[in-house]
Amino acid sequence: MELHRLTIQQLAGELAKGQLSSRQATEHLFQRIERHDPAIHGYLELHQDAALAQADRIDKRRSKGETLGPLAGVPLAIKDNICISHGRTTCASKILGNFQAPYEAHVVQALNAADAVILGKTNLDEFAMGASTENSGFGVTRNPWNLQTVPGGSSGGSAAVVAADLAYAALGSDTGGSIRQPAAFCSVVGLKPTYGRVSRYGLVAFGSSLDQIGPIAKTIPDLALLLNIIAGHDRRDSTSADLEVGDYLANLDKPVKPLRIGVAGEYFQEGLDKEIAQAVRQALDFYASLGAEIVDISMPLNKYALAVYYIVATAEASSNLARYDGVRYGYRDKDPKDYIDMYYTSRAHGFGAEVKRRIMLGTYTLSAGYYDAYYLKALKVRTLIRQDFDKAFEQVDCIAGPVTPTPPFRLGEKIDDPLTLYLSDVYTVMANLTGLPAISIPCGFSSAGLPIGLQLTTKAFSEELLLRIARMFEQATDYHLQKPKLQS
Amino acid sequence: MIQKNVTSLGYRPTIGLEIHVELSTASKMFCACPNHFGDPPNTNVCPVCLGMPGVLPTMNRQAYEYAVLMALALNCRIAEFTKWDRKGYYYPDLPKNYQISQYDLPLGSDGYIDLLVNGQTKRIGITRAHLEEDAGKNVHDLPDCTGVDLNRAGVPLLEIVSEPDLNCVEEVMAYARSMRQLVRYLGISQANMQQGHMRFEPNISLWIFDDSEPDGGHYTPIIEVKNLNSFRSLERTVAFEIARQAEEWQADPHGYRMDKMSKQNRGWDDVREVTVYQRHKEEADEYRYFPEPDLLPVEIDDAWLERIKAQLPELPIARYARFREEFGLDEKLTTLLTSERTTADYFEAVIQAGASPRRAANLIQSQGMRLANEKGTDVAELGISPQRLAQLCKLTDDDTVSASAAATIFQAMLESDAPPEKIASERNLMQVSDTSALESIVAQVLADNAKAVADYKSGGKKAKKARSFLLGQVMQKSKGQANPKVVGELIDREVLGQT
Repeated sequence: MELHRLTIQQLAGELAKGQLSSRQATEHLFQRIERHDPAIHGYLELHQDAALAQADRIDKRRSKGETLGPLAGVPLAIKDNICISHGRTTCASKILGNFQAPYEAHVVQALNAADAVILGKTNLDEFAMGASTENSGFGVTRNPWNLQTVPGGSSGGSAAVVAADLAYAALGSDTGGSIRQPAAFCSVVGLKPTYGRVSRYGLVAFGSSLDQIGPIAKTIPDLALLLNIIAGHDRRDSTSADLEVGDYLANLDKPVKPLRIGVAGEYFQEGLDKEIAQAVRQALDFYASLGAEIVDISMPLNKYALAVYYIVATAEASSNLARYDGVRYGYRDKDPKDYIDMYYTSRAHGFGAEVKRRIMLGTYTLSAGYYDAYYLKALKVRTLIRQDFDKAFEQVDCIAGPVTPTPPFRLGEKIDDPLTLYLSDVYTVMANLTGLPAISIPCGFSSAGLPIGLQLTTKAFSEELLLRIARMFEQATDYHLQKPKLQS
Repeated sequence: MIQKNVTSLGYRPTIGLEIHVELSTASKMFCACPNHFGDPPNTNVCPVCLGMPGVLPTMNRQAYEYAVLMALALNCRIAEFTKWDRKGYYYPDLPKNYQISQYDLPLGSDGYIDLLVNGQTKRIGITRAHLEEDAGKNVHDLPDCTGVDLNRAGVPLLEIVSEPDLNCVEEVMAYARSMRQLVRYLGISQANMQQGHMRFEPNISLWIFDDSEPDGGHYTPIIEVKNLNSFRSLERTVAFEIARQAEEWQADPHGYRMDKMSKQNRGWDDVREVTVYQRHKEEADEYRYFPEPDLLPVEIDDAWLERIKAQLPELPIARYARFREEFGLDEKLTTLLTSERTTADYFEAVIQAGASPRRAANLIQSQGMRLANEKGTDVAELGISPQRLAQLCKLTDDDTVSASAAATIFQAMLESDAPPEKIASERNLMQVSDTSALESIVAQVLADNAKAVADYKSGGKKAKKARSFLLGQVMQKSKGQANPKVVGELIDREVLGQT
């Protein structure tokens, strides 16, 4: 098999055998990036020198027979809203266009400790706000399956480079579906862990109570391996859970039996693409054929999820993004009249339209006189939604459904219609509102040859179960083995 | 007394005070940076307190315990469950453009403090006490720009809000000083005014007595003055505002009232010593408070609360009462001795070591406090152990040394570790109480001053003066070492034949 097609596990095996060096693998990917990424634009910045130096270090240590980490020499990509202490961390925003983080995110430290090689930073919707990666301040990313369609977002760059074999895996972040939706659009696997499973330290905040870092990979075992490395308590993140983390690889291939899968009728109503509905139904039939019990459940509050999400997320965002003011770092407009003017013009010119829209929405809902009607009400509904799920999990082990209402849409198709674009998140925001872990796995293709994803959700901190259920499907199907045809 | 006075003026000042106290924890509220004043700008900073992208706060537990300790000392109800909130406003010294604070669930509420004002106790209600992070400082004295120093950004700040129970300048000052005394007693803040550890924000209005109104009067519009950082400016601000509002009311008795005019912010001009109009507060400030999603709520269980309670020392007002009763000291001396916990502790240690309270109090007040003041330290830090001071007290009490010699010895003890008795003998400061040694001097003096002896003996108008004169002569001849009491007895015996 071609070198870039390998999974992390396969590559790690080759490297361990000494058949291949990390430098060879890393150079190979940089060559491939050079050939294919101009059309896709998944990367915002490449860390060629640092990556090759790290690859050499690992090769040298390997040749000395040293014990190496589980990702030794494996080249990966990082979404550009996760801080690395070299290069820039821009969040695809002009306001952080030249920002160099003076510190490293917890997950980056964890990858370094596992001896991974970091290729560079991937594109996203500005500050992770969007579902198409069209909101990037530095150019759109295209879907490797069809360059006229979007890769999803906001982790569109990460999903696209994994799909196009321009990285063996990538980290993304998920606030309302930003890992799962692009994973579905690009036919790769993506996991949003339970809120608190992975430290957010070093993830540039969008919606603090919703944000979670997670892996995007080619296979479930690769996801499990990455989660093994990034999960766990971190004192620097008060919301990270002080719970033991198991070995997600240990029992991965063991099917879950008995298995009860809940399906909510609300997920299959108006707005869902027919081909997606069909693919998801087929996936459920498949689970049934493996002996799973498919249980009808009800999610009556589903209809409020999107509204609640857009209130909570924008409120938190309006506060989180207040710090970008041109005072200490980032973009500052030239020759402001006074400091107020400096705020106005730096923020007016530094932020893109969608970010400004969300800041305004959030500012509005947090304002005196509106707080109770919007933010407080949203928090209450959020609690009720969580209770809905708790109740459902008394009956079932897992809830299944679509990831997206539509297949990947054309570039520019929805960008001027924010509300329609917001509807892309309709199936994914629940996991963020509830904090539950959720995964997107490939489950088919549309008649136009575009990827379709299946979403699975389980109880909080039950990623082990979630990955095993997903693995059952992956082992018996070959959707994840199909690859986009790239033109060079 | 005070009440009566102002009633006769036709109004009663009604004042509430907000106090911000910087807590003296080793590190900042939400990061590990040193909480230290006076370092070069932007040296005690890290990505967290600089508000870099992607950083997260972590709570300083010590700061929380300090704050709870103060709330306990203020007899507050301690919230079992509190959370953090973000208070949003844009200012260059606020790195995140929101301040982490406590909005609707303060850690302490509904407390009180008892003040001693003019010998009387007055109870002042405490509305709430909550914890937040301090902002940095804008630096305006640079040649061509404004700088921002973020060393102070993130320092734990305790905000204490009083009820509008203060009715005169004296009460405001007693309240403010009691708060300073209290935080220093608790050891939770140095409360160093020069370093900005305490800032005051009074809310001032006047209650105008008017029997013709249904409520028996009305208030003048509330004036809030922000950021006063000395007792002096607080005192002058409050005095100025009371007078200014009284004038406004007299000029416009029907218009200048709270129900017709909104709240106003004024600033204190330290040079002109006046308050200056800043803005009207037409409605509540727009801070867009919401719960801080990056921090977990704080839940205090009984065990934790008990551990904090165990750290509560005897509070100043209780100590004052006990000193008065147990040691029979007067108000002034007791106030001095209890003003600082270290002084009061030292005083008690001296008594423990065997000194009489009165002598110990007098020496600490007359010598200790004076010398400590000169050296810019406090009495307990002078280097005189309670045991040595107790020895000196005993030497003075049993007339081994005179009161004036005791002062000299006290001072000498700063430079020497020797016991006071040794210092006294080395410097010839022991009193001569041995009658046989004094008898010859007395005889000599009486022989040389027949006139005075006669005056004394006559018992007339001049007798008292004559006796003092003779005593002085003996003291002089003994080079001050004679015990005046013994000398007096000898003179009386020789001249009057008394024993």
